[in-house]
Amino acid sequence: MTTKPTTTAPALETRNVSRRFGRAEGLAVRLHLARRRPVIHALDGIDLTIPTGEFVGLVGESGSGKSTLGRIAAGLLSPSDGAVSVFGRDPQGDRSVHRDVQLIFQDPQASLNPRMRVASAIGEAPLVHGIVGRAELDDYVCAQMRRAGLDPAYRQRFPHQFSGGQRQRISIARALAMQPRFLVCDESVASLDVSIQAQILNLFMQLRRDLDLTYLFISHDLRVVQHVADRVVIMYLGRIVEDAPARQFFAHPNHPYTQGLLAEIPDLKQRRRVYAPVKGEIPSPAAPPPGCHFHPRCPVAFDRCRIERPALREIAPGHRSACHLNDAPEGERRAPTGEIA
Amino acid sequence: MTAPLLELRHLRTRFRTDRGDLDAVRDVSFTLRAGETLGLVGESGSGKSVTGFSIMGLIDPPGRIVGGEILFRGHDLTKLDEESLRRLRGNRIAMVFQDPMMTLNPVLRISTQMIETIRAHESIDEASARVRARDALGAMGIPSPEARLDAYPHQLSGGMRQRVAIAIALINKPDLVIADEPTTALDVSIQAQILAEVQQLTREAGTALLWITHDLSVIAGIADEIAVMYAGRIVEQGGVDAVLDRPSHPYTAGLIGSLPGASAPGSMLVQIPGTTPDMVDPPQGCAFGPRCARRAEDCARQPGFTEGAHRLRCFHPLSGPASPAEVAA
Repeated sequence: MTTKPTTTAPALETRNVSRRFGRAEGLAVRLHLARRRPVIHALDGIDLTIPTGEFVGLVGESGSGKSTLGRIAAGLLSPSDGAVSVFGRDPQGDRSVHRDVQLIFQDPQASLNPRMRVASAIGEAPLVHGIVGRAELDDYVCAQMRRAGLDPAYRQRFPHQFSGGQRQRISIARALAMQPRFLVCDESVASLDVSIQAQILNLFMQLRRDLDLTYLFISHDLRVVQHVADRVVIMYLGRIVEDAPARQFFAHPNHPYTQGLLAEIPDLKQRRRVYAPVKGEIPSPAAPPPGCHFHPRCPVAFDRCRIERPALREIAPGHRSACHLNDAPEGERRAPTGEIA
Repeated sequence: MTAPLLELRHLRTRFRTDRGDLDAVRDVSFTLRAGETLGLVGESGSGKSVTGFSIMGLIDPPGRIVGGEILFRGHDLTKLDEESLRRLRGNRIAMVFQDPMMTLNPVLRISTQMIETIRAHESIDEASARVRARDALGAMGIPSPEARLDAYPHQLSGGMRQRVAIAIALINKPDLVIADEPTTALDVSIQAQILAEVQQLTREAGTALLWITHDLSVIAGIADEIAVMYAGRIVEQGGVDAVLDRPSHPYTAGLIGSLPGASAPGSMLVQIPGTTPDMVDPPQGCAFGPRCARRAEDCARQPGFTEGAHRLRCFHPLSGPASPAEVAA
């Protein structure tokens, strides 16, 4: 949509990034006093590039690794394998990156210190980083609050004196105070009532226009993502299964998992509907199925899917999908919008 | 037309807070017939869950029902003693909560909990009860139900736990199921599975369903009728098509407009300004007035609830093909 290619490096670039949890084994395990904890493959070979200025919606269900990827992008976690660069710099080596990336969490209640006045929560980091001097701090905090739709008169209050929607605005003001260029939003509207969710989504869209921000917007809600994102990335059990420009994605979903997800979105216009959901449970990321992770639930899986991991490859300009069916000869391929058996 | 299974008349439920009395439900009336699904929609603090808890007799003191009637098959539940209520709960009326651990006891096997539910209301031997429990799990789409019976809740995934909770709610073939946001915490693909199974089971058994949710899109797919709550009152009620396609109350219209997907991608969503009122000190007159663009002087008085198929509590409804609102003050 309004992607503005600039001469600068992409906001985020990951090359074959993997992240495992639970590898380190304590003394108790070595002495056979405790059971070995399973290794969780939260991320498995992620290749993703986000150009500056783009609004990317990252969608997945529980265990898909979407939050892990968000934390790696924000420099809060390091990858087990692979390379990450944020605006061309390595977030683990070059700490200056952290000023450029800010993370906004799902639960503002948990991410705001309950004993810290709002003015300090917003003003502390920019003061420490020398973005603003002590003399100008108060004006600076007021400006951040105003931009996030808060009344600066309340800056000496504590977080519990605000409503849920206002608290999320405080987290946004706090993030913006660092003058970031890249916002990672992890389910930032998931716990809000619809009318408040609309206010916060509008604020995100407004800020994007005003400040030329890049977004990695993590959500389980495809309706929200459809509304705000330029590009949609779908993850399943630690891997990207599809990545496409939003319009293309919703018009021509390619991966069977994506098609199933789209068919299941509750829709205001569908009345007395009969649900025909994707069968089965999401497998545990501790023991993902071999081959394509989705094959046990896939209505069109065949032998190759059980053995070989499908490559994430381009099937149309800017549209990547990881499905063996895309290798089948034209005649044998099912229609992209076809009925799932 | 059959007699209503459930009829609420002017229900009022009050809690005590440090700052004074809070009427979470202020005047709720509706009827529900056998086999019908009513979607009770509202945001946090609208009183939708408290309405459900009131019907189940689950309001803990010092909270209490201070006014109105809850008629179930013609008997007023608010006047029943605890023993009569116990006989109804889990038997004729069952509830499914957002968090399945509200239903499940973490230290008991699934089989123990299900068999207990059956035998609390029926004299039947344990072996037959176990068979029935197993079949109930199978009907909810739980694979290898026999093995799951011996599991503890923590050994099941969140989606599985919710299925077990729903299986327990449905096991005595209740006449009425109250479902309070049962799919909100679940992943999309699991949510769709559960919606499909609940739909099928209630349809087959003719169970009435009161589905409490904040999500209009979920309710659109399963409800026959929708009631929209705001600040403890129903402000609009009618058939699912009438309410969603021709919303007449400004709040309903605002809710629908604020849903992503209702407008073009990238466009600004309809914003309802302000926040929900403080229920200890709610606004005089129409509670939505302070946030309403159509507010006029008469909104300082409390609008009544119109009669008919599409009911409304508003002096200045949006024009539309819906029946014109003749509102008594």
